[in-house]
Amino acid sequence: MRTVRIIGTVAVSVFRESVRDKVLYNLVAFAVLLMAASYLIGQLTAGQDIKIIKDLGLAAIATFGLMIAVFIGIGLVWKEVERRSIYSLLSKPLSRAEFILGKYCGLGLTLVVNVTVMVVAWYAVLAVMATTVPPQVRAEWVAPATDIGMLRAVGLILVELMLVTAIALFFSTFSSPFLSAGLTLGLWVIGHFSVDLKNFQSVVDSPAAAMLARGLYYVLPNFSAFDIKQQVVYAHPVPAAYLASTALYGVVYIGFLLVASVAVFSRRDFK
Amino acid sequence: MDAIKTEALTKHYSVGFWRPKPYLALEGLSLSVRQGEVFGFLGPNGAGKTTTLKLLMQLIYPTSGTAHILGLPVGSADVKRRIGYLPENPYFYDHLSAEELLQHFASLFGYAPAERRQRATRLLDEVGIGAERRLQLRKFSKGMLQRVGIAQALLNDPAVVFFDEPMSGLDPLGRRDIRQLILRLRDRGCTVFFSSHVLADAEALCSRVAIVAKGRLVAQGPLAEILHFQVHGWELVMSHVPAGALECALKDGRVTKALPLGEDRYALDLPLDAAPERLIADLATAGAQLVSLNPLRETLEDFFVRQVSTAKTNRGLE
Repeated sequence: MRTVRIIGTVAVSVFRESVRDKVLYNLVAFAVLLMAASYLIGQLTAGQDIKIIKDLGLAAIATFGLMIAVFIGIGLVWKEVERRSIYSLLSKPLSRAEFILGKYCGLGLTLVVNVTVMVVAWYAVLAVMATTVPPQVRAEWVAPATDIGMLRAVGLILVELMLVTAIALFFSTFSSPFLSAGLTLGLWVIGHFSVDLKNFQSVVDSPAAAMLARGLYYVLPNFSAFDIKQQVVYAHPVPAAYLASTALYGVVYIGFLLVASVAVFSRRDFK
Repeated sequence: MDAIKTEALTKHYSVGFWRPKPYLALEGLSLSVRQGEVFGFLGPNGAGKTTTLKLLMQLIYPTSGTAHILGLPVGSADVKRRIGYLPENPYFYDHLSAEELLQHFASLFGYAPAERRQRATRLLDEVGIGAERRLQLRKFSKGMLQRVGIAQALLNDPAVVFFDEPMSGLDPLGRRDIRQLILRLRDRGCTVFFSSHVLADAEALCSRVAIVAKGRLVAQGPLAEILHFQVHGWELVMSHVPAGALECALKDGRVTKALPLGEDRYALDLPLDAAPERLIADLATAGAQLVSLNPLRETLEDFFVRQVSTAKTNRGLE
């Protein structure tokens, strides 16, 4: 109970710092702006407008969420160490593990609030769009403009962002923000092409290289699994079992990363 | 039970990337601090003072040796609940106000919201920045941040408080305030362990001191005891001293130094084994008049400079 309270205190502090950070406001403003831009594009593209707005909306949520997760995540621990604010913090009844978990939960809370704001703005644009379209055009849509099923994609985007946050936090426990950003974004890119690693044996003759690629496929995070944007936009069915197993995969991976972050951070000297 | 006890506390770092070499930051520090005393931890810059404090706060881990606070191993939650710590040149979340920062720290101790507010208000008033409590910390001067740092170290009414260079960044008024605060803490029964290279602070506040230089402990004990045996001569002040008599005393070694003070007044340094009475009588016969005679006691500064200059210089381990 004490640990939960302490983690909560650190998390609220991170959230408050994010809220007072003007960069965060800019990101949200940008996201809202992009929604408006997608609406304009929709106006220019007869017939395809609603799908473009849905596509752009999901892509914007994922991209802006990624920026928040990476660029705040990499500074979460580094900033505290570099500015030495961690000295007085760790002299209080707060363990290093509680500090790390609190930081993670705080950025998680920030992401949830931000994604929620973006989703609300996105659905508002879609709702307004639906009212401006004639009923015969609406009848041709494969799904309603404000199809609640799209939230399944948002849910997996959120799990993906939490995983990115855990990666950024892990790197930030021992490296500089620049390196952490590079490594996190690098892993994110590789993770979106990890299926290619799985099928590497079809393009190379070397069994060793194929085995290495297969090994990397299992070790590196498979971000492509979280991407079901196309399915929800085109209202294709996404099995509940797939959603659950993918979310569970993300949670387990996050768990490993947090344990690793705590292990690294707990051994660190603050010179 | 000692408030603080370290035994052979040692910290080595590796310096360099390609061919790392060991560097001795602290070597075999053994010291004990009694409960309720103000203990000065002195040394020049780079002596190992901050390293020691970081080891006691478990911000770094020792290469070897042990450290206990109030009989418990450092770093445990029980210890952290009973101590306060002011880091050197403290930095805090600058998006928060002083009041918010203190309330945030107070929440880590598990105090209820009303208690947090009350403690924050009382302490900010005590360190003299009550009027600025709602100002964001980014607008604070170095001296004001130092006062916030002291306030946050006292949030939990600690039994032992650690101050790393508490007077740093403070103006004379601020230094006086903090000296008085340290004495008030001592009167409340709080143990105060503070590091400093300002010896006047130690002389004014400490019952005992330890001196570190180049990573090693060079002296430890009550201030009066450290300096008691260091009387190294006499200072004799006389007026109307005839030049011939003074020259003679300088020549035969009964006076080692003569500092003219003006109008035939001289401050004369006499060696420890000299008999001042005979010299006074001789000079008086020549027409001089006695103004004062004082033992030349080594000051903490003299002692400090001597100890530091004779400390071992090698900090490598090869």
